[in-house]
Amino acid sequence: MSPRARLAVFGCAGAGLAALLFWGLAGLPAFGHYQGAYGNQLEREVMPERHTTNLVGAVVFDYRGIDTLGEEFILFTAVMGVTLLLRKNREQEIEDAPDDTVRSDAVRIAGLFLVAPTFLLGLWVAAFGYVTPGGGFQGGVVLAGALLLVYLTGGSRRYTGVTPLTAVEMAEASGAGAFVALGLAGLIAHGAYLHNFLGAGRQGTLESGGSIPLVNWATALAVTTAMLLLFKEFLEEYSVPVARRRG
Amino acid sequence: MSYLPYVVAGWLFLIGLYGVVTSRNFIHLTVCLTVMQSSTYVLLLAIGYKHRSSAPIFYGIPAGSRVVDPVVQALTLTDIVVSVAVVALILSLALDIHEQAKTLDPEQAVEVSG
Repeated sequence: MSPRARLAVFGCAGAGLAALLFWGLAGLPAFGHYQGAYGNQLEREVMPERHTTNLVGAVVFDYRGIDTLGEEFILFTAVMGVTLLLRKNREQEIEDAPDDTVRSDAVRIAGLFLVAPTFLLGLWVAAFGYVTPGGGFQGGVVLAGALLLVYLTGGSRRYTGVTPLTAVEMAEASGAGAFVALGLAGLIAHGAYLHNFLGAGRQGTLESGGSIPLVNWATALAVTTAMLLLFKEFLEEYSVPVARRRG
Repeated sequence: MSYLPYVVAGWLFLIGLYGVVTSRNFIHLTVCLTVMQSSTYVLLLAIGYKHRSSAPIFYGIPAGSRVVDPVVQALTLTDIVVSVAVVALILSLALDIHEQAKTLDPEQAVEVSG
């Protein structure tokens, strides 16, 4: 199909879609006039029930934990898909990775001062995810970012040193597995999958929310390592052809 | 009474779709797809908003305050994670196509393969 014909078809279809879309959107309650019963109920009940100050955290890791389980397995499956697609082209792990040592002092010093604070920030975001804004997903991405800064500062050799593939893969599997196991613990203790099986604890502290902290950390582990696996595959996709060209 | 956030959401979806349809590069196409997906973030957050409410975090605000809907915020979080997963998959497919067809242009890639 020529670009012009495609644009004409899209013009018709897009106009129809736009009409339907805006017709549907116009039927929603006006902005700011929220009418959902579910949100209002959670607003009243989360604090007395779970002592969790971050309602979003309570929804993600407890009230709608089963959604999060599905979401985590979407991430897991996507990482597997990327690994399958990219790894098949590499016969064996190239031992002599290209020398990509960073020679700029400015980059190295900036990286050096950024790695530890970023890692700490990631741990903090993950740890307090159900007390203040944050959570396992956000913290996990920051943690993976901190480790990626090691690559920026020290090149791929150092990066591979701090993220050995077998350990990362095992951690990824145990993070996802721990989530499933915590769900089963709820099933055994209270007869419902992912039911909160610990006491509510003290409000506004790390020991609030019952089993929410455990699910939160399982998620943080799974997300950090999922990101690391993605980085790894894409980094090797870059470095292996470079090594081949040289060797 | 305002419908502006809904209009923004609709606009983002349609302009992203336009980008996907007319794209000549798989990387550009992926970015357009994330623009489309960001319309769902705007829509979800707009639906959950209540006038004169705080963020749904009872830390430093009196108990019993009105807060916006935490459910749609949790859904937005899910949405973002799914978006990351999809982008990673599409980019690895783009790498694969580039290796086989030596191009990132969807039109030429199609001509080569069949």
